[in-house]
Amino acid sequence: MVAFAHSFETTLDILRSGRAAVTAAVADVLVRANDVLGDYVRAAQAGGEPPAGHGRDVVEHLAAISGTAPPPVVHAAPAAAPAAEPKAARKWRIVFEPALGLLRTGNDPLLMLRELNSLGETELTVDRSKLPVLSEMDPQSAYLTWTVVLTTTKPRGAIDDVFEFVAGDAANVEITDLGSAEATEGDGWGLFDAPPKPAAAAVAAPSGVPVASAAAMAGGTGGHAASIRVDLDRVDRLVNMVGELVITQAMLGQQSAGFSIESHPELIQGLQELSHHTRELQESVMAIRAQPVKALFSRAPRLVRDLSAKLNKQVRLLTTGENTEVDKTVIEQLADPLTHLIRNALDHGLETPEERIAVGKPAEGTIHLSAGHRSGRIIIEITDDGRGINRQRVLAKAIEKGIVERGTAMTDEQIDALIFAPGFSTADQVSDVSGRGVGMDVVRKNIQDCGGRVVVQSTPGKGCRFVLSLPLTLAVMDGMLVAVGEERYVLPLTNIIESLRPGEHQARGLVEIGDVLTLRGQYIRLVPLHRVFGVPGAITDPTQGLVVVVESEGGDRVGLLVDELLGQQQVVIKSLDSNFRPVEGVSAATILGDGRVALILDVGALRAMGGRL
Amino acid sequence: MQDETTTSVSGGVRQFISFTIGAEEYGVDIMAIREIKGWTATTDLPNTPDYVRGVINLRGAIVPIFDLRTRFGGGTTDATARHVIIVVSVRSRVVGLLVDAVADIITVSTGAIQPVPELEHKGEAGFLAGLVTVEGRMVALLDLDRLFDLDATAVADAA
Repeated sequence: MVAFAHSFETTLDILRSGRAAVTAAVADVLVRANDVLGDYVRAAQAGGEPPAGHGRDVVEHLAAISGTAPPPVVHAAPAAAPAAEPKAARKWRIVFEPALGLLRTGNDPLLMLRELNSLGETELTVDRSKLPVLSEMDPQSAYLTWTVVLTTTKPRGAIDDVFEFVAGDAANVEITDLGSAEATEGDGWGLFDAPPKPAAAAVAAPSGVPVASAAAMAGGTGGHAASIRVDLDRVDRLVNMVGELVITQAMLGQQSAGFSIESHPELIQGLQELSHHTRELQESVMAIRAQPVKALFSRAPRLVRDLSAKLNKQVRLLTTGENTEVDKTVIEQLADPLTHLIRNALDHGLETPEERIAVGKPAEGTIHLSAGHRSGRIIIEITDDGRGINRQRVLAKAIEKGIVERGTAMTDEQIDALIFAPGFSTADQVSDVSGRGVGMDVVRKNIQDCGGRVVVQSTPGKGCRFVLSLPLTLAVMDGMLVAVGEERYVLPLTNIIESLRPGEHQARGLVEIGDVLTLRGQYIRLVPLHRVFGVPGAITDPTQGLVVVVESEGGDRVGLLVDELLGQQQVVIKSLDSNFRPVEGVSAATILGDGRVALILDVGALRAMGGRL
Repeated sequence: MQDETTTSVSGGVRQFISFTIGAEEYGVDIMAIREIKGWTATTDLPNTPDYVRGVINLRGAIVPIFDLRTRFGGGTTDATARHVIIVVSVRSRVVGLLVDAVADIITVSTGAIQPVPELEHKGEAGFLAGLVTVEGRMVALLDLDRLFDLDATAVADAA
């Protein structure tokens, strides 16, 4: 394992310094090397040994890249079975005492110790008596002295070579011959009670050398002190309590509306402070659960690499917005759908390099993952520049499978959406990458389960874009309370563009489309909320009521016809599904200051419902 | 409450809370009941079946209220402050049942529970667990699991 990690590291080092070019072939070897290393680590953790010769081909590849001969495989053995050494091993005691300025001359004791380690079995003792207290320590100085008992079959010259550049000025090196290996006992590992030298620990962390891993472990405990692991339930309880607090605060605000600042200055000021603190508390609590989507996106490169090799396609993966923060539960629920969509984009979306060149596109296809916040939701887009959805074929397949009836008039948008129908598949052949294509319905279901939506936008020949829109599930948001008849609804403030009472000339009914609002030369479809929800006693004439122009996360605008706006307030999002089920056009519910429940409107769904009237 | 809890599980004896809807008397297993409260105004849920009266705020939780009279095909209850909501938990969900009044706590031995005759009460027979006679009155025992199974299908149809 040590030998393997070495050759891997050497190769990486050479690549980093630019002495060898990173090509696709090299990257493949590196990825495989990473797997092999993972196997070794798992084997070591389980207390076993990986199969002999495991990863040897990878080592050879690595050596070919780095231009060095593969290190003899015997290196892996000494640690486990020194008795199996073929030649008579000798023991050497090496006292290595670097001068303070060793690091500044570009030498690194770690590398030398590692090199010693590669010569045979080492037992290392560190003398840290010269280490000053932390406040006086210069991280660029070398304070430690090592005593190494090396058991090796190599001649003395090999040991001298290790210290070739430092012996004399930069370090004091004493090498003593202790005779044959069987004769003496080592001092044992003295390292474990030694505190790591900060500079060395940082350098050492990536390697698999025992010295380094011990240092990394010790160094790691320092880092963990800054964070704690907390049961999610506890955080959820905290989130709920903050929610209750926001409701109480809204209630107090409502009750105090009758008091003026002149008559009750302390009360009003106190309430304002309460509102300020509540909001800050709520934001801090939400931040506990938030994680960047990087955790999600970081799996994509590996997936794309493996699949593109398998499918013989050239793919470039772009990611943007990795630092967008989302609630942890959303991240967890997104992992599977996202993998599925990327797989689909590669398998069905992108063409082979030949096909791409034939239609005048660059041979290398692009898949773009992006994340961002829009309208108080998180939007994740997966865009490819492949062939797009073949609508004729989708429609033909859908008719064949009985999903739609022959002769049904459908818009392009509706045809594209057919790919989400259960049991739908367009792949001509069943492939082992995306299977039978059953799955888009599962993707949609997974996303709907966490209160999200997925839409597909496709341009034949140009590519395809899947837009996932998910709630932040951050349990509190800013809303606008609107009245329709006797009912009160909450509109997410982020959806609202403007509100207005249209004049006679602005609102007109169009056959088949319904009422349309003319606003600064644009036509905006009106969705009368009272009709969509069947609310009695509401204002039906747009010129008497109020039109709230809202924008859904897809960027489409509609005008919601309501009776009046009641005011803005922070609301706590409460799930309807936990005790009931989702209701179309409603994303969640909330509790108002007077204790009554109000429904939070889902603008995207309302737009679709309005279209069906 | 502690005593009732123990007796309701021991010795083949079960306890039910009985309530009335019009002239009919029904029973719900006492173990399923979380609380009983007076009627409070609900918030309508759009485009849901008639028997879904809407949702209420039960100490921070959004709880749907089902009108059992409507559910059993008896029309809509004209709810007043004297009507009662029985809050029950079914599997992991908490729901409220709107009934006219709570009648009694009844203790019956499991042997005394009669099966529901096949043809009687066609509409509600599906969610009755059995019938029992208490002091000359017939009480129909509700099977909450099945009541909400049926709800699930009805809800799916409506959606």
